Amino acid sequence: MSSFWNIWVWVLTLGSLVGCFILLRYCLTNFAGVPEGEPTGHTFDGIQELNNPLPKWWSNFFLLTIVWAFLYIAAYGLGNWTGIIGWKSSNQGILNLAESKAQVAAAKENGYLVQYDREIAAADAKYGPIFDAYAARSIEELATDKEALKVGQRLFLQNCSQCHGSNASGTTGFPDLTDKDWLYAGDPETIKQSILHGRKANGMMAWGATLGGEQGVKDVAAYVLSLSDREVDVASAAAGKDKFAMCAACHGVDGKGSAAMGIALGAPNLTDNIWLYGGSQRAVESSINNGRAGVMPAWKDILGEQKVHVISAYVYSLSQD
Amino acid sequence: MKNKHEKFEKNVGLFAIFTILAISIGGLVEITPLFFQKATNTPVDSLRPYTALEMEGRDIYIRESCNVCHSQMIRPFRAETERYGHYSVAGEGVWEHPFLWGSKRTGPDLARVGGRYSDDWHRAHLLDPRSVVPESNMPAFKWLAENKLDGELTERKLATFNFLTRNRSHKDEQGNRIPLYSAEDLAGAKAAVKGKTEMEALIAYLQSLGHALK
Repeated sequence: MSSFWNIWVWVLTLGSLVGCFILLRYCLTNFAGVPEGEPTGHTFDGIQELNNPLPKWWSNFFLLTIVWAFLYIAAYGLGNWTGIIGWKSSNQGILNLAESKAQVAAAKENGYLVQYDREIAAADAKYGPIFDAYAARSIEELATDKEALKVGQRLFLQNCSQCHGSNASGTTGFPDLTDKDWLYAGDPETIKQSILHGRKANGMMAWGATLGGEQGVKDVAAYVLSLSDREVDVASAAAGKDKFAMCAACHGVDGKGSAAMGIALGAPNLTDNIWLYGGSQRAVESSINNGRAGVMPAWKDILGEQKVHVISAYVYSLSQD
Repeated sequence: MKNKHEKFEKNVGLFAIFTILAISIGGLVEITPLFFQKATNTPVDSLRPYTALEMEGRDIYIRESCNVCHSQMIRPFRAETERYGHYSVAGEGVWEHPFLWGSKRTGPDLARVGGRYSDDWHRAHLLDPRSVVPESNMPAFKWLAENKLDGELTERKLATFNFLTRNRSHKDEQGNRIPLYSAEDLAGAKAAVKGKTEMEALIAYLQSLGHALK
């Protein structure tokens, strides 16, 4: 704060405190020309008004608040002065994350942390070793540790349940994590990568026009449904089978999806009767017609690798018998 | 008997003037200096202006009063930063007119909601919040998907922001202010939003929130 604004703050603050004191003294002085406790000369319906002062305990309370203000300023400071205890809620003037971290590091160096950093340091001291220990163990191992799974479940509920549901069974457009059907493979390391860096499906393009309009889409949808042994119009499915060659690049010739081919395209397995975007004839037609592109956000920067490690263990445990 | 304070007590105009004087001191001390502090006027390094579509989305956010139930202000408490990310800093909000910090959370804070959910999630959530979060009490905003933007006012909105932030934008190497929007941005503003739905605009705005501090 420049010296002008520093003086501005000091003068206005102290001025108003002194002003309050003067006003209070002024209001407590008897200017009525009648001694305290004597009748003022006003009478209404036989009731006399006496010139009584304000109760002492009450007016003294005002004085006490002024004294309190000085004590408060002495403790917490004013303007550029940081006060005796030098308390601050958080660091200021932060323009980027590196700067924020540098401020904390510098504060640790000279042994003084602001309130927020103290909170974080206390939490790190308590929870840091727990997460360090988890990070040193493999995801498979953590997935059998009840305590670790509880931590993972907490984190999952807080950060993942909005899309995948509180029981992780997903909903239309957001994958079920409790089954063994994976868009990007369900081994522990792949799960962790999916959470850390997110997944952006290459995106299924809108196939309507390419497949020759409504009938083409219908035929392909019929063929796709037949892959999971659903009852379909046989002639339509046969016509769709020829066109499915175009779909095979991502979903595989057998329709078992990109994960089965070992590539990370996010193209679902079409043969298992598990449907990310609905499995009715109409829903499948709509997917083919308009295309689909699911996005999983990246969590590395938000949660950090250690927490993602524990969440990965929880998610991995869900599909284990 | 006479009372000296009768002068104030029997003259409403005079009383009002002194009342205003008395209550303005708090604001003069706590608020006025902030208008002139470097710490509250300097944009964070990665702050970028809203695109035309995001700006329209922001106006829809205001129109639907999202800020009544959602704050955009992460306070420096661990309980908040664990859930929402780094606490909000002054430099993130220097181009906000009006600011949308909010003062109440019926729903969660949105200061860093950008990138936390996919566009598809936002669409599903705005159309029917309970389809993705069963216990949600947020209203559905179905009309957003139907209403289309015409972009008639977009250019003027951007120009207004150029004016409002003229003393607080980024500087180039010579220390000259760089306006938020170039002449090109202004000319292309209408085309950038025309025909898009309000839903697209609002989602673009939500996805832009919170990326400036990195």
